[in-house]
Amino acid sequence: MNPDAIEGFGNDPGWIIAVKVVFIFGLLVVFTLFNVWAERRVVARMQHRPGPNRTGPFGLLQSLADGVKLAFKEDVIPRNADRVVFWLAPLISTVTAFMVFAVIPMAGEVNLFGVTTRLQLTDMSVAVLYILAVTAIGVYGLVLAGWSSGSTYPLLGGLRSSAQVISYEIAMGLSLVAVFLYSGSMSTSRIVEAQDSLWFAVALVPSFLVFLVAMVGETNRAPFDLPEAEGELVGGFHTEYSSLKFALFFLAEYIAMVNVSAVAVTVFLGGYQAPFGLPDGGWLGLFWFLAKVLVLLFGFVWLRGSLPRLRYDQFMALGWKVLIPVSLVWILAVAGLRLASAELGQTQLIVVVSGVALGLVLLSFLPWSRRGGPATDQPEDRVPVAPGYPVPPIPGAEEDERA
Amino acid sequence: MSVPKFLDSVAGFGVTFRTMFRKVVTESYPEQKLPTAPRFHGRHQLNRWPDGLEKCVGCELCAWACPADAIYVEGAPNTPEGQFSPGERYGRVYQINYLRCIFCGLCIEACPTRALTMTNAYELADTSRADLIYEKQDLLAPLLPGMEEPPHPRRLGETEKDYFLGAGDTT
Repeated sequence: MNPDAIEGFGNDPGWIIAVKVVFIFGLLVVFTLFNVWAERRVVARMQHRPGPNRTGPFGLLQSLADGVKLAFKEDVIPRNADRVVFWLAPLISTVTAFMVFAVIPMAGEVNLFGVTTRLQLTDMSVAVLYILAVTAIGVYGLVLAGWSSGSTYPLLGGLRSSAQVISYEIAMGLSLVAVFLYSGSMSTSRIVEAQDSLWFAVALVPSFLVFLVAMVGETNRAPFDLPEAEGELVGGFHTEYSSLKFALFFLAEYIAMVNVSAVAVTVFLGGYQAPFGLPDGGWLGLFWFLAKVLVLLFGFVWLRGSLPRLRYDQFMALGWKVLIPVSLVWILAVAGLRLASAELGQTQLIVVVSGVALGLVLLSFLPWSRRGGPATDQPEDRVPVAPGYPVPPIPGAEEDERA
Repeated sequence: MSVPKFLDSVAGFGVTFRTMFRKVVTESYPEQKLPTAPRFHGRHQLNRWPDGLEKCVGCELCAWACPADAIYVEGAPNTPEGQFSPGERYGRVYQINYLRCIFCGLCIEACPTRALTMTNAYELADTSRADLIYEKQDLLAPLLPGMEEPPHPRRLGETEKDYFLGAGDTT
């Protein structure tokens, strides 16, 4: 037997593995159909509209109808396209999106057709690294799709998408390091079990916040959807795609949303464990897991309904100049605290310190700490002045007059 | 309601969240038809006097007022055998072309007898050009109880004075 194997895994009979695989596949596909519908409905409600309500009860079959429509559309392949890679790219995106869910614990031990097993396809000692690796491979889908289209906009969109995903994957990986330090494991099931008493979202607030931002950036979602900004650059890497190949990208994008939400739930929000001491155990774990994932998915939709799109340089500055340095400092602090608490024996110390750190971060957003920030940094002589004509107010000066 | 300034950047989330629980402004039109504003300019109607005689006297002022040239009127004199309106003349032919009509309402302002008014009916789609030219029988107001299909003599008074002043009393 493999010495790296996690206890409780790797002993399932073959047909149970097959059942789990089919279950995960079905869950993700149904989740995607539901998500597309739910997102459109919720965003519509946020904009005083009813949203899709024609197809089936409450429009529930809308995404199914869209999928059927996509499947019947003409499959256009541009003349300049590299046909093999053009075919391969959506497959890479979709397959890697599905693969992430293999190590997500959806429930603890359950009775599956008479076999007691964990509701998790597999686990390994480096499961979270596996997730990061698989999502990184998924970037190839974006790059290759953009490149193989043989057209300018997809190439630009593909480059932007991949740059964005890679930048935010660094922040995401760094935000997970603190969790590894605290749980002592990279196995997803062990991380969930380590949150038995206290969720890492509470214990490691800065990590959680960095992860939340990074996961939106990672999935190319609003307000970080600038590589696919429909109004600005057609559609990003999938501009030239149509029919089922486009549907695969669409599927991959929505599964990626579920994936990062599921990872956030697993790593920070106690996984399948019930919150506030509510009834727990067995199949109820699946309920709690899905409920938490749905809350995070609602967050995605809420972001989309509330925030405008960022500019590309703002977005990159946030990733490289804020998230990554904050994560690095935080990892140092957590490592030091782990050492200190191991020496002093005070395990709750980290909660206090993470609260103080969060307070400092919030303090930096207060208006009086913004003096000399990038907005007011511009030299005075660069303000354009045209005598006799109305000139837009100088941002810094106007602020001072009002105060 | 005063909100601290540093919350400005997240205030939008409150707006979207609150809006979710507000009433949707979209009207689900074919299933649920909401009444229009009372002044809404819809399909025209040719009104009648309380005894059923037509108010239209065939003067063509509506047709002259129409900026889109959508109205065609042909007047004809009333005869003792065929009395359609209480006056001297009536509108023998009355057509409104709804492919041309812009629903400006100038015809209504021009009408000296208030024979022509506008209803709130707005479902004026059809499949052929001919069907969208409404004839007199399409535009005439329905016969209410107490009304009698013209032609018939004036029922509300022998002289003009009796008829028109008495007609006002009955409403």
